[in-house]
Amino acid sequence: MAPRAPLFVERQSYRRRRVMDGARILPVVGFVLTLLPALWTQSGRMGTAGEAIYLFALWLGLIVVAALLSRHLRREGQRAADQAARPRAAASETTPETPPGAAP
Amino acid sequence: MTLNVLIPAALGYVVFLFLIASLAERRAETLRAAGRSPRFLRSPLIYTLSLSVYCTAWTFYGAVGYAARSGLEFITIYLGPTLVFVGWWWLLRKLVRVGKAQRVTSIADLISARYGKSNAIGVLVTLLAVCATTPYIALQLQSIALSFGAFAADQSLAPRQLAMWVAVGLALFTILFGTRNLDANEQHHGVVTAIAVEAVVKLVALLAVGVWVVWGLADGPSDIIARITAVERPEWRIQPARWMGLTFLAGVAIVTLPRMFQVMVVENADETHLSVASWAFPLYLMAMSLFVLPIAAAGLTHLPEGMNPDLFVLTLPQAMGQDTLAMLAFLGGFSAATSMVIIAAIALATMVSNHIVVPLWLASRRASASEAGDMRGLVLNARRLSILGILALGYLYFAVSGGSRALAAIGLIAFAGMAQVLPALVGALYWRGASRVGAAAGLVTGALAWFYTLFLPSFGPGVVLSADVMSAGPFGIEWLRPHALFAVEGMDPLLHALFWSLILNALAFITGSLVSFPSPVERVQSAQFVNVFDIGSGDERPGARGWSREAAENEAEDLLAMSQRILGATEAQAFFESETRRQGKAGFLPDPTPEFLDRLERELSGSVGAATSHAMIAQIVGGRLVTVDDLMAVASETAQIMEHSAQLEAKSEELARTARQLREANAMLQKLSVQKDSFLSQISHELRTPMTSIRAFSEILQDDEVTPDEVARYATIIHDESIRLTRLLDDLLDLSVLENGQVNLDLQEADLAALIDRALLASNSVLPQRHFAIRRSGPDEGIAVRTDIGRLTQVFINVISNARKYCDATEPELRIDMRLRGGKVTVDLIDNGSGIPKESQGLIFEKFARLTDTHQAGGAGLGLAICREIMHNLGGDIAYLPGQGGAAFRVTFAAVLAPRASRAAR
Repeated sequence: MAPRAPLFVERQSYRRRRVMDGARILPVVGFVLTLLPALWTQSGRMGTAGEAIYLFALWLGLIVVAALLSRHLRREGQRAADQAARPRAAASETTPETPPGAAP
Repeated sequence: MTLNVLIPAALGYVVFLFLIASLAERRAETLRAAGRSPRFLRSPLIYTLSLSVYCTAWTFYGAVGYAARSGLEFITIYLGPTLVFVGWWWLLRKLVRVGKAQRVTSIADLISARYGKSNAIGVLVTLLAVCATTPYIALQLQSIALSFGAFAADQSLAPRQLAMWVAVGLALFTILFGTRNLDANEQHHGVVTAIAVEAVVKLVALLAVGVWVVWGLADGPSDIIARITAVERPEWRIQPARWMGLTFLAGVAIVTLPRMFQVMVVENADETHLSVASWAFPLYLMAMSLFVLPIAAAGLTHLPEGMNPDLFVLTLPQAMGQDTLAMLAFLGGFSAATSMVIIAAIALATMVSNHIVVPLWLASRRASASEAGDMRGLVLNARRLSILGILALGYLYFAVSGGSRALAAIGLIAFAGMAQVLPALVGALYWRGASRVGAAAGLVTGALAWFYTLFLPSFGPGVVLSADVMSAGPFGIEWLRPHALFAVEGMDPLLHALFWSLILNALAFITGSLVSFPSPVERVQSAQFVNVFDIGSGDERPGARGWSREAAENEAEDLLAMSQRILGATEAQAFFESETRRQGKAGFLPDPTPEFLDRLERELSGSVGAATSHAMIAQIVGGRLVTVDDLMAVASETAQIMEHSAQLEAKSEELARTARQLREANAMLQKLSVQKDSFLSQISHELRTPMTSIRAFSEILQDDEVTPDEVARYATIIHDESIRLTRLLDDLLDLSVLENGQVNLDLQEADLAALIDRALLASNSVLPQRHFAIRRSGPDEGIAVRTDIGRLTQVFINVISNARKYCDATEPELRIDMRLRGGKVTVDLIDNGSGIPKESQGLIFEKFARLTDTHQAGGAGLGLAICREIMHNLGGDIAYLPGQGGAAFRVTFAAVLAPRASRAAR
């Protein structure tokens, strides 16, 4: 049974949750922004080159934000992995972990 | 440049790749022998680069062609995956976690494992994947043939023949590295490293051409922007529907394409690599697309009309005399094509062998599943054959379709085909209620719709579907026309197919799931998929097992024999031995508990897929599949545990309460004990003082020289002191009688006000020099009481006397409030002194309690104790009333006291 999540969390966990929220929202924001050229094109004022410049700038922005978020999230992932590995550590004393892909 | 240069260059490149792959494989081997993991071979960098297998020859050549034809639209193919990767926290993270927890070998394996380890579903996905990938492989062959053709325009060259040789070569390479061994985790270090190197080659090649175009041909970025504007055509205008649809489709494809699944999930060594890839892979995609538009514009400006825009990357440097650059571009395109073919072939071969060949083989020898013979050879051979078959199919598609179509169009057909897996995949990860029936229905419906509206028409009218059918519908039914299904006309054919196939697919999937009832295994799996993050590690999940608890004998030996044939003797024995030790036994044969069967199944599924490994174990242990009853037992166990813990919590709270009460009682006892000690010394003192004077004066009286006056005086003193003694002893006796409840009550009727008057009058004798202001309030009509008037008066006298004695205000004042409510009389007596300190409030009613040591009190500290006992005997109480701005006592009692007999009966 999943442990019930606490209703309120300390500052650090709170920040981590908001980072996760950010990671979830980012693709949605990105998708909406990629639709803009499709709307501009009707007026034809931007031109293909202008639209391309906008798209690449947006692309770069998404990459930078994703990189910032992923630095925080990686730590979170590691923490979760450690937690998952802890109960296993007891078992692995009796079970020598086979290296991935070990074959005779 | 001629073919004499090109063919050795291509061959040399393949040899180089071959060396890289075998070096990596050898390095992994030595590291493994040393007991370490191949850290560099499995770094985030290699992982990200291997993901670039998404960028095939379609990207390398096709994107420029696409841009020349339709402007910016090509970018959607890379924006979609960018969004999916940037949003990895939603889907990819869960996908990779599930893939690792279930030791998934392919996308077909994942889907079949989720839907009750059903092989039928696996077969469906496999067939769909083969159909969808075939045109994609054909695309690569076509691009290679085209690129050769571009260089050797003057020589007569048979593109089909060339493509065939390329296909054979790639098949050999794939077989060599993709099927060297049957890996426990289905990971291929050599191939992945080679793919990573190829990723660098194609990126460098494309960037080199791009840089040359922008700074060599044109005068930098602003010039190239001007050129792009100059060649802009009306067809370049973005079509919003296609723009959105293609972004979506590409986003779906990155998840569902078999080769992407292979590098992203199966070959993933560490989940944290994904977080790096979330931004690094989009960066790679951006770098790949950066120069597409400039190259297309330059190609349109500098090359004569009628050249195939798909080959601009190659023909542009060639036409400008840049032979080295052209050669680099050729190698880049070649590497893009080969990496895709290799990975796709491995992924598909795994699926075909695990879901089609091995189950067929098992079914054909149902009776003898546990007999000796190495199955690994069979599986590997099945894969080798599958690789050949898949490349043959790709070649066939190329040959039949004529190899003349735009690359992008072919790729999109493949995308739309694999997109049919999406509803089943998303349902698998997020919807517990998604069932096998629904998944099968959705897959079949979607695949048929795609087949009919996109795949078959892609061969062109007259090849598979006649022109008649295309324009008028089958049997003349207009609303079944492949490009205008249900009379939806005027839509772009790709969007039309995507829309209908996915809508029908999702509809069938949801309906099927809603109306069907899943098998127990399915329900176990759905919990393990959807709640993968709650469970943590799959091994630790209590109860949710795929096998029943029913004991069985002599199965372990058969299981060991079977596992040896799949895992190899050493591996299998090591696994069994560690499992036996885990159970606390010695030897190689563990008890076939559900936990053990579960772990064994997962171990095997890493090699042959979930469905096959499940079927093989089921064949040996027979009808021990988990039942609905088992699931319910697990659920009720969990519920019981929760109930127990709730009960424990309540109990511990109760215990804490009791402990607090005990602590308080103990503290009270200790205080009382101290008081009693101090009282004993005090009472001794009190008794001794009069005793001493009585003794002293009686001794004097015994003397002869005492005058009669003195005798009279001394006798008076002795008398007074004896009275004091008697009063003290009376008090003690009184208290003891009251405490034992043996007091005889003299019930009389009286008016409360009169009673108070009497008490005030009586207490006037205490410190008569002090003037007390008395304020009384109460009902006008007066309160009639029937109780022991004498005793009650005694209580009031005591309280009022105390107030007279202890009230330390300069203008002392006493407030007396009387109330009658519900048969209860309440009298509050409040003075305006400094009151009683909080810590003493609990003690004042105890016997012998005295707050001051001063003798002025004149009593032994029994007054209030007696009062309390009296009030208890009168069926009431006296309590200290805090917070009234002075000492305040509340006396409550029944207005009419019932006689003792009836009270006792109550």
